[in-house]
Parts: sequence; C-alpha cells; structure tokens
Amino acid sequence: MESTNQRKELKVSAIENGTVIDHIPAQSLFRVIRILRLDRLEDQILFGTNLDSKKYGKKGIIKVSNVFFKSEEINKIALVAPTATLIVIKNYQVVSKTQVEIPKHVEKIVKCFNPNCITNHENIPTKFDVILDGDTLKLSCHYCEKTTSKEDMVFL
Amino acid sequence: MKNRNLISINDFSKEEQLRILELAAEFEQQPTQKILENFVVATLFFEPSTRTRLSFESAASRLGAKVIGFSSAASSSVTKGESLKDTILTVSNYSDIIVMRHPREGSARYAAEVSPVPVINAGDGANQHPTQTLLDMYSIQKTQGTLDNLQVAFVGDLKYGRTVHSLTMALTQFNTTFHLVSPLELKLPSYVKRHIKEKNLAYYQYTDLMEIIPKVDIIYMTRIQRERFSDPMEYEKVKNAYNLNNDMLTGARSNMRILHPLPRVNEIAEDVDNNPKAYYFQQALNGVFVRQALLSSILGVKK
Repeated sequence: MESTNQRKELKVSAIENGTVIDHIPAQSLFRVIRILRLDRLEDQILFGTNLDSKKYGKKGIIKVSNVFFKSEEINKIALVAPTATLIVIKNYQVVSKTQVEIPKHVEKIVKCFNPNCITNHENIPTKFDVILDGDTLKLSCHYCEKTTSKEDMVFL
Repeated sequence: MKNRNLISINDFSKEEQLRILELAAEFEQQPTQKILENFVVATLFFEPSTRTRLSFESAASRLGAKVIGFSSAASSSVTKGESLKDTILTVSNYSDIIVMRHPREGSARYAAEVSPVPVINAGDGANQHPTQTLLDMYSIQKTQGTLDNLQVAFVGDLKYGRTVHSLTMALTQFNTTFHLVSPLELKLPSYVKRHIKEKNLAYYQYTDLMEIIPKVDIIYMTRIQRERFSDPMEYEKVKNAYNLNNDMLTGARSNMRILHPLPRVNEIAEDVDNNPKAYYFQQALNGVFVRQALLSSILGVKK
C-alpha cells in the first residue's frame, strides 16, 4: 500500500524550493491559478488535477518553484478552495504545512452580483467583507452593501 | 462630525445621530442663520429627485451658503462619458461639501473615497438614504417626545422600500417593537429582520392593516408599486388593501401619528390630511432642519 501512495504523489514531481498547494478541489484548480496570477510567473510551475485523494475523491495540486506566498495573498483562494493545504518547501524538505484561512475581506477577485452596483458600471476595483452565516459563506459589497452568495460568485 | 461623510445611517453612532436631532430642533426654532456664508454646497443629482434636492438647497440657503450643482445627469458631463470619479474630483475643487443622489448603488460610498471634501448621500439607487432616516427619526421623536420603547408599524412595500430598511435598522437602537404589515410578496427581507433579532426585539407580521391601528404609536406608510409584482393579478388583489382612510383611524391611540416618505399616490386618502394624526407634510418640513444640522456640523460650524 505504502508504495502505491508514494507513486501517486510523484505524478507531479518534487520541487527544490517553493510552495506546494495541495488538496485543491479538482474543479477549482484553474481558478486558483487565475486568482494567484500564476500565469504571469516566470518560475517553474507544475500542476496536476483530477488526482485521486483519499479525503476528497479528486483533487488538484500546484507546485510553484521559488515563490513563497504571503498569507493574505494565499487566503484569497479560500473562497474556491477552502480545503487547500499550503506546504512550504526548502531544499526538498517540508518546512511548514498550513491550511488556508477564509479571509475577512476580499478585493478585486469577485464581481458584485448586484447588476446596479456602481462597481459594475465604473472602473472600480471590487471590495467585500466576508460573512460566515453558519457554514455558508457570503460576500457583502463594500459599496452597494448587497450580498453575493457562493453560488453567484463570478471571478474576475 | 466635522469633515465626516454620511453615506449610510450606520456611519454615525447613536450619540451622533441624537446630536443631529438636537441640532435640528435648534434650527427649527431659528431656521434662518447666516452661519454658512463662506461655504459652497454642491448638489449633484445624477437622477432627478426634486423633493430631496429642494430640501437640501433650502437648508443651505437658509444658512447663507451658496449652492451649485445639477438636477439631472442629462445636464452634467455624464452625457459626455465622464466617469463618476472625474466628476467628483472636479466638483470638489469648486465646493466645500458634496450632496449627491445617484441611480447606482454604492456610488456615494465610492464618491466619498475619492473626494477630498465630505460627501452626504442623498440616495444611491435602492441602497441608502440616511438623511431621510434622520428626518424620520426626528419626526418620531418630536411627535412622541421620545424615540425609546415605541410601537412602530410599517405598512406597504417592506421588501423594496429602502426608507423602511434604514429606519428599521436605526430604530433597533431604541427598543422599538415592530409591526410589519405587507402583502406576502412584499415582506421585510430576512437580512433586515436579522438586525431586529440581533437586538432581541419583537416584531409581528400582518397582512391586515386594520389589526395594527389601535396598537401603535407610529404608522409609517409606503407606496406599493405595480412594477414590483411579477403577476399583475396579484397587484390588483392587494393594491387597495393597504390604503388608509379617515374612518379607519377611529380606534387609534391619541398620540398616534402617520408618517410617509412621500410622494404618496392613493395609499393615504386625502380625507386623512386634515386629521391631526396626519404628520407627513410636517415630516417633509423637518427634513430641512435635519439637513441644516448635517450641513453645519459636517462643515464644522456646529459641534
């Protein structure tokens, strides 16, 4: 058993220095890449998706060489990948392993669902407070004060 | 409150709101005071609202301020494609305070962020209209002698009526009991009810207007708009159910007063106007005093 697990892990090869984002819900992988703007990086990026995961069924994983994210930066992905784990690698060794945390505020990543919100009509970066109503996550627009529910989130 | 913005009623603390009401009472005693002679007030109405604009301009004029501005987007640079940011930055060069009404929600909050001079929101789409809320509070306090522990009924369109939402939130600071009368389709939204529940206050919902008349100190009437109904049959069914006439007021408390943000259509019959319980025209006049209090305290002339 041990050895098959080992093989699965290695479907995306190890990095020397950088960050691994693991346990990304498979359908959110490309969204995470966009939110973190990884498409603009020049360092090596490896990613895989629809990989088997004991915990989540299918998962995605991203390995970014030589990049270490600030927590406010990485926490943006909690909206689409609340289960994600952040692993910092130095010299092939795991230095730290943390869960992403749902941020209190998000800026510039989601569109306001209210069609009459000023941010949908002028060139204004969106800003939201994150509201947790029990288990359901909602965004409250800093400008129009209307809420955007998880199902209605459109990412910019 | 010098240099503060007023975008949403919650931008001012309860103490600050009460201070504005106190100042409004002073201006009611003496409405003409030339204390803002050195100031220019800009009224930017990207959407027409004659009542609110004239009320602000009257307030500014009685205090000696100069008023500049426009009364519809058609007469501004918006038609040339100017951004809101550019309009605000330009006008702030010419004025000491900006009063704005705009059809988009959140526009006033954004304007306040870019403007170097303070901004008063005179209505941003269906979102906030805090000066209306303050004048409603002033009217309630004046007619009841207090804001505390009152029985307040809201009648009509409680779903879309922004004046109802803001006033409800403001009144949760004063241990109000809420009586909510509306057709089922137009009930108060749950996010507003949540504010009532958070303060552990009671609210009761009704579909029959007659039920609440003997129970309450204030009846706040609103207009039910045809366009709110997806089914025109539903509108026909309810449109007359929330019309108040003089005969219905026989069992009301002697201190009860009827408020309405105006304009009214037929939800209050004209035979109510001469009843001493009708307060909606004085309520509109109170708006001038409240706006005088806001202009003078935000411009730093009154503390």
